[in-house]
Amino acid sequence: MQITYEYNGGGLTVYLSGELDHHTAKKTRDAIDDIISMKDVKKLTIDMSGVVFMDSSGIGLVLGRYKLLCELGATLELRVKNAQIRRIFEMSGVNRLIRIR
Amino acid sequence: MTVNNYLKLTIPARSVNEGFARAAVAAFASQLDPTLSDITEIKTAVSEAVTNCIVHAYRDAMGEISIRARIINSDTLEVGISDRGSGIEDIERARTPLFTTCETGERSGMGFTIMESFMDSVRVSSRVGRGTKVVMRKRIITRR
Repeated sequence: MQITYEYNGGGLTVYLSGELDHHTAKKTRDAIDDIISMKDVKKLTIDMSGVVFMDSSGIGLVLGRYKLLCELGATLELRVKNAQIRRIFEMSGVNRLIRIR
Repeated sequence: MTVNNYLKLTIPARSVNEGFARAAVAAFASQLDPTLSDITEIKTAVSEAVTNCIVHAYRDAMGEISIRARIINSDTLEVGISDRGSGIEDIERARTPLFTTCETGERSGMGFTIMESFMDSVRVSSRVGRGTKVVMRKRIITRR
């Protein structure tokens, strides 16, 4: 899993690429939380355009960040290209809580 | 029922093996000429079952995961994933969407729901203290 980010004026965009499963989710979660703790984040966008595989570990990762951002009074948005990944988010109702573009 | 081909694989229950396990089953299934979407669905279902073994069955211990795949009746993939771990007390509850016993690991409780959505059938048998076996089937409609 490759993780890069862009930050400007309260907006943080994290770009994920690779395979997101239980094995890679922990590292990804720690990396995102580290960036959030260092910046003043008003809005986080997780860009998953580069994710080629995701299982239910991705749901846990997204809901965990959603909770964290709610506590910080910030918002979360997802960018998803892959139809199957979108289906997994819809199956779990994530799309009712979080805007998916 | 005719068994046309099979695969047997044993791996230690380490998370680093999750990617290998799903890739191995997907490669085996490719002889049925599946679509890319079929392959992703098989990979995702296998990933969920293998992750369950690591996160739940062997939560407090190290053990082995046994993976068996078969091609049956020339058009159906059957995948069996079993462990000798803790077992599931209440299978019906475990299969309920969003139910999880793992409060700390950010697990979504969607594993079985995803297996059920992506495969044609999912059979679960388990004995507490003895282990769990998940057998999934998916018919691949060939494009030829």
